[in-house]
Amino acid sequence: MRKTLVISLVAMLTIMSMVLVGCKSSAGLTIPIGVNAELTGDIPAVGASCKNAALMAVKEINDAGGLDIGGKKYTINLIIEDDGGKADQSVSVTQKLISQDSVVAVIGPNASRYALPAAAIAESSKVLMISPWSTNAQLTIDPKTRQPMKYVFRACFTDSFQGQVVAKFAMNTLGAKKAAVLYDVASDYNKGIADVFKATFESLGGQVVGFETYTTGDKDFSGQLTKIKQSNPNVIFLPNYYNEVPLQIQQAHRLGITVPFLGSDSWGSQELIKLGGKEVEGDYFSTHYAPDIATPVAKKFVAAYTTAYGSVPDDVAALTYDSFGLLFEALKTAGKVDRQAVRDAMAGIAHYEGVTGNLQFKEGSGDPIKSAVILQIKNGKFVYFATANP
Amino acid sequence: MYIIQQLINVLQLGSVYALIALGYTMVYGIIRLINFAHGDLFMVGAFISFIVATYLKLPFIPTLLISMTAVAMLGVNIERLAYRPLRQAPRMSAVITALGVGLFLENLILVFYPYPQSVPILLPTIVWNLGGISISFLQVLIIGLSLFLMLILDLIVRHTMVGMAMRAISSNKTIVPLMGVSVDKIISITFALGTGLAAVAGVMYSQAFPVIDPYIGILIGWQAFICAVVGGIGNIRGAMLGGFILAAVQIMVVAFLPSTYRDFVTFTLLLVILSFRPYGILGKPSMEKV
Repeated sequence: MRKTLVISLVAMLTIMSMVLVGCKSSAGLTIPIGVNAELTGDIPAVGASCKNAALMAVKEINDAGGLDIGGKKYTINLIIEDDGGKADQSVSVTQKLISQDSVVAVIGPNASRYALPAAAIAESSKVLMISPWSTNAQLTIDPKTRQPMKYVFRACFTDSFQGQVVAKFAMNTLGAKKAAVLYDVASDYNKGIADVFKATFESLGGQVVGFETYTTGDKDFSGQLTKIKQSNPNVIFLPNYYNEVPLQIQQAHRLGITVPFLGSDSWGSQELIKLGGKEVEGDYFSTHYAPDIATPVAKKFVAAYTTAYGSVPDDVAALTYDSFGLLFEALKTAGKVDRQAVRDAMAGIAHYEGVTGNLQFKEGSGDPIKSAVILQIKNGKFVYFATANP
Repeated sequence: MYIIQQLINVLQLGSVYALIALGYTMVYGIIRLINFAHGDLFMVGAFISFIVATYLKLPFIPTLLISMTAVAMLGVNIERLAYRPLRQAPRMSAVITALGVGLFLENLILVFYPYPQSVPILLPTIVWNLGGISISFLQVLIIGLSLFLMLILDLIVRHTMVGMAMRAISSNKTIVPLMGVSVDKIISITFALGTGLAAVAGVMYSQAFPVIDPYIGILIGWQAFICAVVGGIGNIRGAMLGGFILAAVQIMVVAFLPSTYRDFVTFTLLLVILSFRPYGILGKPSMEKV
């Protein structure tokens, strides 16, 4: 009785060790890559999109036999961690990925409020971090020295860039000479974009005839809109959130304003159409990416994502996928799995065609030079209208 | 032309402020309670009209009446359940209870409608263009209905027995019951009238600005409270005056100065008014009785 137990135990251990050894030998060379996403907390939808796109990007590489770095094939070992929608957890997760899991780079977090604290850790540990979705300008700036950080990058454009994009679009595509802006002066996002729009539109030779403000929670914009109407603009820019924009456009229409309205990526929610209905029809806004964009890379991504997860990828998914694309590109260019070499290769990426357009990095800044897309609201849908290059 | 258009905007916004301010002032006048849940009753009025119009698909007038009745009943019940037991308690307890009731109403609606909702437009969207001035049917209705209701209220308070009882309770709560007037009944009627007006404001407001969420009552409630104070809290004509003054200052600052100055100029001006007339424009100084 006792003998059989010992034998079976030994046999079991032998098999287990064989399996373990087998695993190791079949895995070959691996690269650990960390993902720090908002899987729980206040924005779990963002974390889910990020995780889905990350799994898909890695699966594509591993199914193809791995990533070719310096003539050797490496498979990706993806480590996904949850920051719980908390700034402190975001910091500890980044620390764990870097010191315990020895990742070569961290993708995420997405929201600026979690990405900013994580960025400080990545920078001090000298490990590459790419945030797919954080648009806050401060992300890539060292808070102490006010110099650009060396190890922190992002795959999206910054808030202020949209101000430039929309200003150029208004002038060049819509042929506007006079523009008016109505924005929420109590919110950084709205104010930042409005200021850049004004500066760009004026530097292009246009005239900003109305620059009006309100504060969060206002519903009556009649005073400001009457003033704007008086100044006869060709377009009106509303870099405000989707729950306020329908009211603003509706009140403008009631006052007899008929010019087109423009917006920023804060319009990009289906709620805008639900709340605005016919009032928002025909208006334009800038955003990161359009699911119906016609580039081959984007088509392939949208089709694969839709098959895998049964839903059209949102901007977080597209930007996460591009973050991985950039990282793979940097790994290939570096030619070795080394944190410093990967970071240097990343900073030197001169051209990368991603799902969200063409990206380029210049040494000395973690912010990409990339295009934005302009969407139009047509028949109650967001429809791709144009690509705006920087 | 421009100034006339802006004046129409003032009348529209001022009517809404005045309707809400009336509720504050009536309740304060009669039981010396600042009912901080009043802005949230306005919000509930907007949501009831949204529910009735969306699910029962009723036209405007029944929607308005249902919303008014429901909110008036809610107001009366809030008074009975939350404020009446505290009538002898320190005034601060009642004010804190009022804040609690407001939070309760916000969170109650939040359970059912966590996202902003779009209110169906029940009124014809007619816009008249008179020589460069746009006036919508809705604006005319808001201004007309508000002025009409204020007139009716003024008549009730000044020329009926109920109104006389209200004024009597307002001036002396101890003697009035000795004259055979039921104080509780009069207070209930006051709450019904005040919250009913808030519901009208909520319905009209949600027709004019048809995106609503559970927090719309907070900011406008504070602003209406300021109107009531500036006009002289407890004074019904003062609340109407305060409503139109606040709207006029807010819109005229936007019309002729950079709109960023709006709140700064508005509230500075109101502070100046209050420093010269601490009891409000139409308020009368009252002696603290020992």
